Amino acid sequence: MPEVTLVEAVNLALARAMEDDPDVVVLGEDVGINGGVFRATVGLQTRFGPERVLDTPLAELLISGLCVGMAAQGLKPVGEIQFMGFLYPCIDQLVNHASRIRNRTQGRLTCPMVLRTPHGAGIRAPEHHSESTEAMLAHIPGLRVVMPSSPERAYGLLLAAIRDPDPVVFLEPTRLYRAAKGEVEDNGEALPLDVAFVLREGRDVTLISWGAMLKETMAAADALAADGIAAEVIDLATLKPYDEATVLGSVAKTGRCVIVHEATRTGGFGGEIAALIAERALTSLLAPVARVTGYDTIIPMARLEQHMMPSAGRIVTAARKACQFS
Amino acid sequence: MASKKMSDGGLPVIARFEVRHRNYLAPDGSINRPLPAFASDANLLTALYRAMLLLRNFDRKAVALQRTGRLGTYAVSLGQEAVSVGIASAMRAEDVLLPSYRDNGALIWRGVKLEEILLFWGGDERGNCFSGSVEDFPFCVPVGSQAPHAAGVAYAFKLRKQPRVAVCMFGDGATSKGDVYEAMNFAGVHKLPVVFVATNNQWAISVPLRLQTGCETLAQKAIAAGFIGEQVDGSDVVAMRAAAEDAIAAARDGQGPRFIEAVTYRLGDHTTSDDALRYRSADEVQARWKEEPITRLRSYRVGQKMWSKAQEEQLAAECHERVEAAVERYLATEPRRPETMFDHLYAELPETYAAQRRKLAGEGDA
Repeated sequence: MPEVTLVEAVNLALARAMEDDPDVVVLGEDVGINGGVFRATVGLQTRFGPERVLDTPLAELLISGLCVGMAAQGLKPVGEIQFMGFLYPCIDQLVNHASRIRNRTQGRLTCPMVLRTPHGAGIRAPEHHSESTEAMLAHIPGLRVVMPSSPERAYGLLLAAIRDPDPVVFLEPTRLYRAAKGEVEDNGEALPLDVAFVLREGRDVTLISWGAMLKETMAAADALAADGIAAEVIDLATLKPYDEATVLGSVAKTGRCVIVHEATRTGGFGGEIAALIAERALTSLLAPVARVTGYDTIIPMARLEQHMMPSAGRIVTAARKACQFS
Repeated sequence: MASKKMSDGGLPVIARFEVRHRNYLAPDGSINRPLPAFASDANLLTALYRAMLLLRNFDRKAVALQRTGRLGTYAVSLGQEAVSVGIASAMRAEDVLLPSYRDNGALIWRGVKLEEILLFWGGDERGNCFSGSVEDFPFCVPVGSQAPHAAGVAYAFKLRKQPRVAVCMFGDGATSKGDVYEAMNFAGVHKLPVVFVATNNQWAISVPLRLQTGCETLAQKAIAAGFIGEQVDGSDVVAMRAAAEDAIAAARDGQGPRFIEAVTYRLGDHTTSDDALRYRSADEVQARWKEEPITRLRSYRVGQKMWSKAQEEQLAAECHERVEAAVERYLATEPRRPETMFDHLYAELPETYAAQRRKLAGEGDA
């Protein structure tokens, strides 16, 4: 199997979906001849033509709104927003239309669309290019929110998102676009959209994360192993709906849980998981649930961004503290 | 407006634009200019008249239901019936309508049942199930946000080489939103088969048109998007029908989008929750009653000896009966069971929400 980067895996999945289904349409700013600002759509316009791979005017609200209209007609639009900081004009369309058109028409009209956007900091990008506001999206009923953390999962989850009959926001970890490499077989096989991935099994502490933060989380698990602490690492991968059973099963086994996310702490998705554990697994707990997150401030620009993002060291400290709690 | 002319400084003019205004029937029913061919079709004129009268009857009844606690907030079309009826009458069944919340007349013309509209305003999602025009979009409440959908629908038609047209209706307030401009701009780029219709009823709740735009017309907004905008007397159903026929035919023919500004007047309150006397005078409204579309068409037809008192009475009775029957069916519709609020949330309800549904249904303790 060939080894590809995460962004190449995205490209493979898009090409496969377009090849398999003439209803799949890719749209966004610079997705055509330029192949997207991260090259996720490179080669698609040449292969599938400008009608199915279209460069839109520079208008993000439009991109999301077009997707809703196209999807209502049975197309399967895949819109690209260049950076998560430019996603916000789409919120109106996601909340008021994409996520609820099926419900408000009682199934008469549906919205099989995907909105892809890079997620997170760490590439020394300009202002507004380093957002991680996934919790905001996960709060919207009727939507699916998905975030891969490896080329293999990017490929399988994106195929699943495109084939899913409901709207999906697909968050791609910017920092891993080229840093994450792995073997991907372009076999058209999708991964499930509501199952978390156990990346590493362990009996002492559960580490839960998603997206680019899995890199630090896995590094932390290695460091803990050197200390004789066996960490179980869960890639949540789908935030809405999320796999409660895998989370609860793991915590029942380990009794300790550290949730890691790059996004700010207050109102972050880690709070949702901590609440689930409090409601459903309190008696399993041997230590308080810990969160290692971004701070409650604006993501700083390039010079300070690495101080905002949880480090492997912070995760190790939190996990050790959980293991030493008595 | 002389202030809009800059001194030429010897610079060449590289583009000129014009906006036309369309009207046939004067407020008193007399003819201002030769009527379009369809106006000789008495059955069609009767159908247009019937649709407007039905809508007015329906509105009156809906307000009565709201005032007696049997319907939620409701938006009447009083005074602007010609817009939605004229537009819908020029559409084909396979076209797709993207209405705002005040376009009942268009939906009724396209086969949506009166009781469905009552269900919607009565707070029941089943009102959006839409008999008849099953691909039409539901009422759009967030103003103008359906315009990008119309462009998306039209793009799908073009991609699939289907000779269909998307028709997007909104009010004058919506033309101030980026949504509408973004959609029009994209439609212009791709010459999409879409017609945008702005019902300019002079008021966006309490905000008058002069605070909405510095433009002389709303129609000229199409020029910035690269296509034709026409201003139409929106209280003249013949003009509305003619403008819609032209625009829809051009869009279907591959000539690209069109924009229609239907100039009319909202004689009623914004909704049943509004009191328009807070921001406009009774005298202003009274003066505008002289222009309203139903009397106008009736005056024309009576003047032409094409309409009798007996026909009027028969039609009034027919409309009354239709509305009453629909109200009965609406009031007889039981609310859905609470747990159905989860239905059609996703194609298949994920287990975590299915557990909540079961709890709401009184099954289990999820």
